[in-house]
Amino acid sequence: MSLLAEVTGSLGSIGYGLAAIGPGVGIGIIFGQGVQAIARQPEAYGVIRQNMILGFALAEALALIGFVAPFVFGV
Amino acid sequence: MSLSYVGASSSPDCHLNSGCGFPAPGAEIFIFDEIATFTIGNLEFGITKVTILLFICVFLILGFFIYAFRKPKLVPRGAQNVGEVGYLFIRDGIARDTIGKDGDKYVPFLMSFFFLVWLSNFMGIVPFAQIPVTSIFAIPVAFALIVYVTWVPLGVYKQGFGGFFKNMLFPPGVPKAMYVLLTPLEFLSNLIVRPATHAIRLFANMFAGHLLIATFSIAAFYLLSASIIGILGSAASFTVAVALTGFEALIQALQAYIFTLLAAVYISGALHPEH
Repeated sequence: MSLLAEVTGSLGSIGYGLAAIGPGVGIGIIFGQGVQAIARQPEAYGVIRQNMILGFALAEALALIGFVAPFVFGV
Repeated sequence: MSLSYVGASSSPDCHLNSGCGFPAPGAEIFIFDEIATFTIGNLEFGITKVTILLFICVFLILGFFIYAFRKPKLVPRGAQNVGEVGYLFIRDGIARDTIGKDGDKYVPFLMSFFFLVWLSNFMGIVPFAQIPVTSIFAIPVAFALIVYVTWVPLGVYKQGFGGFFKNMLFPPGVPKAMYVLLTPLEFLSNLIVRPATHAIRLFANMFAGHLLIATFSIAAFYLLSASIIGILGSAASFTVAVALTGFEALIQALQAYIFTLLAAVYISGALHPEH
């Protein structure tokens, strides 16, 4: 089978860039909506902030797995 | 024992115009020489700088809290004030908000984790320590495993063996046919992915942060040479490294908070299946 196309170079960096797209959008939505919720109901600040940070942590994990994977698999 | 910021990759006479490329730091800056080794049975153990730092963290926390609460008074003074602020932060901010009114029982557990994780993260920006203890993967794995073997037996104890797995794997209020899809997903996400991401989140944050500071520190060293570009670039890199150190201080506290918050959420899920 002949090789039609090949990607060489720092594939780990490209992989991390791709892995960061989704969490980037997600974290933006989480904090945007969180700030909006606080503006609408400032007295619920504590609960909103806590859930905001929780959502942030869950979304962020995906980008971080993308960051660690090249080190683990040695691309 | 070597300073972590001057890893194996950066040789002392590698500068901008000396012909060698930029010595970018890699995973090797997290590997330290063993100070002492010993064997138990067939297993070999090595004590490195990180082991010593972990013990320093544990004894600092133990020492501080024993000192702060050695003779508790109704009107707190000095160290007891600081200890009580920490206790109240965990109790009101994490345990009662997340677990509810039966959360007070878990405050010591959560508090130990918060301060241990925070201090081990903080070692990353302490001069001469300069390695976050939690950036060595085994340590966050151990922390996450302790949380895992706490909330799973707790759920089994509170809800019964059948009830715990029924509530986790077959969430109520879903059409019967959906269980074909839902049960394997719930099993994966609750029992396998959950502890894995709990450990990876802490590890990867500290690993990435340390690597970032190391990259800019080495860049400041590498660019320093007798040319305008070299001096300006070196100064800029050094400024960024200092700014990132401040940013890391924030991330370290945030990650300790997130780790503790997630531990509380898992315990809460084991205690109250409706959540």
